[in-house]
Amino acid sequence: MPDWGISVVFEGQNFSRLLIGLLVSLRIAAVAVFFAAVGGVVLGLLMTSHCRLVRWACRLYLEAIRIIPILVWLFLFYFGLTKIFQIHLSAEIAADIVFSLWGIAEMGDLVRGAVTSMPRHQLESGMAIGLTKLQVYRHVIIPQAVRRLIPSAINLATRLIKTTSLVVLIGVVEVLKVGQQIIEVSILKTPTASFWVYAIIFLLYFIVCWPISLYSKKLERKWQS
Amino acid sequence: MKKKSPEKVLEVKGLKKFYGESEILQGIDLAVHRGEVVVILGPSGCGKSTFLRCLNGLEEIQQGEIRLNGEQINGAVNGWHRVRQKIGMVFQNYELFPHMTILENILLGPIKAQGRKRSEAKEQAEKLLERIGLLDKRDAYPAQLSGGQKQRVAIVRALCMNPEIMLFDEVTASLDPEMVREVLDVMLELAQQGMTMVIVTHEMNFARAVADRIVFVDQGLIVERAAPEIFFHAASDGAGPQVLAYF
Repeated sequence: MPDWGISVVFEGQNFSRLLIGLLVSLRIAAVAVFFAAVGGVVLGLLMTSHCRLVRWACRLYLEAIRIIPILVWLFLFYFGLTKIFQIHLSAEIAADIVFSLWGIAEMGDLVRGAVTSMPRHQLESGMAIGLTKLQVYRHVIIPQAVRRLIPSAINLATRLIKTTSLVVLIGVVEVLKVGQQIIEVSILKTPTASFWVYAIIFLLYFIVCWPISLYSKKLERKWQS
Repeated sequence: MKKKSPEKVLEVKGLKKFYGESEILQGIDLAVHRGEVVVILGPSGCGKSTFLRCLNGLEEIQQGEIRLNGEQINGAVNGWHRVRQKIGMVFQNYELFPHMTILENILLGPIKAQGRKRSEAKEQAEKLLERIGLLDKRDAYPAQLSGGQKQRVAIVRALCMNPEIMLFDEVTASLDPEMVREVLDVMLELAQQGMTMVIVTHEMNFARAVADRIVFVDQGLIVERAAPEIFFHAASDGAGPQVLAYF
């Protein structure tokens, strides 16, 4: 009789607990994606500013987020802030903030790249028909830039979703943590539990991220024609 | 021959433009009267495109003044977008907006910059498209058009703003030879209808046919100005050395 370790996943409340854990991951990712989309466009445009100080400040922000590992940022916000400013953030709020900051930084750089890759004559021909610079950005530059950065923005969204697994380390109980708890409880009875639980978690992540990739492909094709 | 009105639409005095140390335009004086077609000729890099770009504020000038209908327009730091609504410009590169249909390309300026009613602007846009024979392309995207068609649409896009004057910056330079004609014909027709135009081009025969006045620029200065008959005649015997070198 083979060892049907997969039954562990469906024992008791296990599967619904995994789903609730997944929901926590997605909640954090969704908050981050929202702020990344809005803040990233703003940051990206600021990064193309003529003012050196503004560009320099944006660059500093971007590099700070990139150079310091996300995990360190999580610790900084969850443990550090508490100590220094005597404020207590819940682990999930801390995660929301850190992932939003990260998303904004990465998205900003993508927007900057897309905007600066726009040929200069697009800006000029917009201005030549009497639009203000702001109007040219609003109607000509940004709509085209968005089309260009959709593939990389979607990639960023899936990266955000996957990287939320780090929040375990500041004590957020998300899908991976639930998985570990299930494994710990059942490992003696079912030695293959870890394989099955992780396989299911893989599948859950896949089910979430794959449609997003498909959607991005569809958008790309739609805008190419 | 059409009559030239004494009214100056555009007047340029002592225009100077530097890029760092090098002086690109070294003091240009030029007046363009209503209904007049001025063609600017000159060797590559002489500053004629830069001059055109100065006229609608795409390049900053360091000295001199530019007047549109008598009103000084340079120096108004944030006012250029209003001025540009009266100065139509068509560029060398096909510069239609690729994410918009032909009609949307044409309507963007009238609706967003001039605040006109969509229905009214659309009516004018369709009339103009019909005139250049591209009405059936109004819902197409720029990528579906040939180079010549795109350039004609670019002209219509500028026209739909009802400009006082049109600037053309080597609009046929990057077109395949067989498409040059169709674009030049549109410009010729415009000239005959009395549009005030400043044209930078390398098409000699076209310059001769369309111009009321030829202005020859070399090294940032106007070295010759003459009616086309005189200019091309002089160019064959006894013109300045710069002009001769050009032919």
